[in-house]
Amino acid sequence: MKIVVCVKQVPDAKDVRLDPKTNTLAREGVQSIMNPYDRHALEEAVRLVEQYGGEVVALTMGPPQAAEMLRDAVACGADNAVLVSDRAFAGADTWATTYTLSRAIRTIGGCDLILCGKQAIDGDTAQVGPGLAWRLDLPYATYVRKVVDCSAEGLTVERLMDDGYDEVILPLPALLTVVKEINEPRVPSLKGKMKARKLQVTVLDAAAIGADPACIGLAGSPTRVVKVFSPQLAGDRTMITGTVEEQAAQLAEKMEALL
Amino acid sequence: MDYFLTEEQQMIVDIARQITEEKIIPQRAELDEKDEFPTDILKAIAKADLFGLFIPEEYGGFGGGCFENVLALEQLGRGCVGVATSFAASALGAYPILIAGSEEMKAHYLPIIATGEKRAAFALTEANAGSDASGIQTTAVLDGDEWVVNGTKQWITNGGEAQIHTVVAMTDRSKGARGATMFVIEDTDPGFSFGAKEKKLGIRASSTRELIFKDCRIPRDRVVGKVGSGFITVMKTLDLSRPGIAALGVGLGQAALDEAVVYAKQRVQFGKPIISFQAVQHMLADMAIQVEASRALVYAAAKHIAAYPKDMSKASSMCKVMATDMAMKVATDAVQVLAGYGYMREYPVEKMMRDAKILQIYEGTNQIQRNVIGQELNKEYNK
Amino acid sequence: MLRVDNTACIGCGLCEEECSFGAITVVEGIAVVGDTCTLCGACVDICEAGALRIEEAREKAAGSDLSAWSGVMVYAEFRNGRVAPVAIELLGIGRELADQRKVSLSAVLLGSTLGDAGRELVAHGADLVIQVDDPALAHFTDEAYAGILEDIIREKKPEIVLAGATAIGRSFIPRVASGLAAGLTADCTGLSIRPEDGALLQTRPAFGGNVMATIVCPDTRPQMATVRPRVMKVLPADPDRQGEIVTHVPAASRLSPRARVIRSVAENIDKVNICEADVIVAGGRGLENEKGFALIRELADTLGGAVAASRAAVDAGWISYPHQVGQTGKTVCPKLYIACGISGAIQHVVGMQSADVIVAINKDPEAPIFNVATYGIVGDVFEVVPQLIRQLEKRKGR
Repeated sequence: MKIVVCVKQVPDAKDVRLDPKTNTLAREGVQSIMNPYDRHALEEAVRLVEQYGGEVVALTMGPPQAAEMLRDAVACGADNAVLVSDRAFAGADTWATTYTLSRAIRTIGGCDLILCGKQAIDGDTAQVGPGLAWRLDLPYATYVRKVVDCSAEGLTVERLMDDGYDEVILPLPALLTVVKEINEPRVPSLKGKMKARKLQVTVLDAAAIGADPACIGLAGSPTRVVKVFSPQLAGDRTMITGTVEEQAAQLAEKMEALL
Repeated sequence: MDYFLTEEQQMIVDIARQITEEKIIPQRAELDEKDEFPTDILKAIAKADLFGLFIPEEYGGFGGGCFENVLALEQLGRGCVGVATSFAASALGAYPILIAGSEEMKAHYLPIIATGEKRAAFALTEANAGSDASGIQTTAVLDGDEWVVNGTKQWITNGGEAQIHTVVAMTDRSKGARGATMFVIEDTDPGFSFGAKEKKLGIRASSTRELIFKDCRIPRDRVVGKVGSGFITVMKTLDLSRPGIAALGVGLGQAALDEAVVYAKQRVQFGKPIISFQAVQHMLADMAIQVEASRALVYAAAKHIAAYPKDMSKASSMCKVMATDMAMKVATDAVQVLAGYGYMREYPVEKMMRDAKILQIYEGTNQIQRNVIGQELNKEYNK
Repeated sequence: MLRVDNTACIGCGLCEEECSFGAITVVEGIAVVGDTCTLCGACVDICEAGALRIEEAREKAAGSDLSAWSGVMVYAEFRNGRVAPVAIELLGIGRELADQRKVSLSAVLLGSTLGDAGRELVAHGADLVIQVDDPALAHFTDEAYAGILEDIIREKKPEIVLAGATAIGRSFIPRVASGLAAGLTADCTGLSIRPEDGALLQTRPAFGGNVMATIVCPDTRPQMATVRPRVMKVLPADPDRQGEIVTHVPAASRLSPRARVIRSVAENIDKVNICEADVIVAGGRGLENEKGFALIRELADTLGGAVAASRAAVDAGWISYPHQVGQTGKTVCPKLYIACGISGAIQHVVGMQSADVIVAINKDPEAPIFNVATYGIVGDVFEVVPQLIRQLEKRKGR
């Protein structure tokens, strides 16, 4: 079984703040990490291959620095790594991203299964998995918390719903997005790190994946960010006074603005 | 401080640190509370290839030495000395095979220890033979093609959790220390059983038990090295392993310092964080000095002994004494900085203080280490 | 790509300051663009020398057929025999947007044995309900639901499509948007119409809520968004409201998805992971007993949040350990943390101090929890919290 795991390099979101004075993202000292959900997707892929055989390819779209994260993926068990990188991809929203990833997957000869984290912690959109499945015309399941079985009929998985879970069977090839409870990711191994150090990361640019310039980067993105701003920040304490009714009303108003 | 590690050495540090942060720290309090052996964490450590750090590549290891092991142990010790002891004890049990074992014996045992598939344990101590190892009463008698072992080993780390044991027994009492021989005894050998799990002050995630041999029969070729060379192997083994214990001290000291500084910045009394008070600052400064000085000595000693120099025992003992006495002191001071909170189980420093104590005791008490250093000095100045 | 006209650039550094992503640096008097550029365009707007422009690979036929799309459509989630609360909330904001745009509001209802659900949607603001009532839709599957909704959208051509950011909405709506090549904004917390051109302004949190972003879809229709549950106000039900309910007949191929649901299992979600919750209501010793926690749960339900506790409450056995926040419990950073009857001892505060907004309710005006609070109320939890629940319900129009 050939499994492609889509991973993304993200700033450690809990450290990102908007500087209220300059309105810029304060990135100083913010580390780049592999999107935490993607670590679980990678772990699940490695476990499936350990059990059923095959290979794991870690795939990312990002700047050249993302190659470092791909080395981490290899240290954690991926067999190969592919970086899709081109200045022309800049400004891509999820629609353009799924186009680019789908072209890259076709370029490397397709696969039997694609695993993604349920979402990336920088954008939190959760759109790339389902969008990519549509691009490649694959059945998919989101929020998968357990792979129950892998048989000739396909993969049986448990998919989280708001009120419980559904057990779903998907014929392969297919795509899954996974939640954190699916597994506990391993720490990279020494041998994995040694292998990763020597690994030649395959780099594909827009031409290599045969991308239509109209479909990538900003040009291929139907959405535009027009404004970035800070939510109301926890600052100096405000004591709310008055009768109980007045206090509750004021607090409800403040809370509503936050939700 | 930058110790100019090689790329490989930095990898070892990174991996061990990640294991500490992701696997050990979240679980350490519960393991301590429940006296629970960290099987899953050791599996994660095995998957990360750390059990083979000091084992040569031809036996499936990484091919590192004492220093590489020290780097890993320092990081694991930052998380939990109980877990790290369980890991370190496997290396201790394997060193005799590495140092004195035959080619067949190495090829048989080292690869499975390197992968972490089997754990090892080292069995020297007995009820009447602690610091004075010559009091060993366990015996081994050759009967045809088998050795028959009788006796009881006490306080054996990884007892009941290891599969491969390197055990010292007397093969000829009349020869004293030269009558001791090292054997490999496996958990499945007939006549071998375990005593009850000991209840301890600290390192409660580690398992400590008696190994009981009642007419335990093992094949003739389980002798490690030569018959009668057991004590020499023991001494070489401990020389190699002591810097590892010292590294646990450095890790524990660093962790206690970290906790103390973070707390001192958070805790407000008299309207200020307590780190702004000089009395607290000086305590923290002294802690930091001791941790760094110990680390420097441990690293230097671990590198020094790689070539098996003549003064190996002295270097090994010096770093063990300094780093473990430091760990006890720094952990105690960390509890003092956290004061009432530090004394409560809610914060990790009280566990560190309990764990630190064993470092001054096991693998040769610090008093014995000072004897070793003193005797070496005596010899050196005779020249 | 962001292009710099080197002859026009005066190296003033305005763009460098303006860039939210640290992508521009002025080197030897000329702006240089780095890899982190997201083509947001902020620098182009600020540049006084007119030296910056964003070059699109191919200009789109902007605006040519946008006028063919009209109306607001809501996907009304239906599960376990009832309309999901978020669908009613979407009708509230949908009605507002439709009225501003002077267009109609429709709702799409997919499922099996829908009963009177269509009527309910009309009562809450829908002018038209398009429904598919088919046993094949009894279980949710992405392919079937996405295919049918995509067909309906192609036929009705709404300019705006809204869906709840639920497990279902977040799963299949991206597939619909992909099929339509439409822009989709996930997890919106604010929606409004830009007066100049009638575009939908979609505001959503990013970077775990540390940053808010407003997004538009300038050249494509429909403009699609998923909306967080419990954010939008509900329009009170009016049983006399008039609206049309029609049935859509899906193509047979749409009803045979490749992925099959074997079974649906309902589970009590009380084991909610407090580390991932956006809103946390926490209780401490001040709640006095287990019953006190019932009040906390009620507030949490009202806000769609999780319940947490200080160690004192856990030790007292009022709630289980997985809910504990602090030194020996979990560390959380929700958007909103409401501490009820928690004194704020240091070992609790270390676990929650990085919450974006902290509300503290405590009888003791000297309680240290007020030192880390954004909003504080000195008062009896048993008086303030019930009032707060009432006020919140009132604001939601329930």
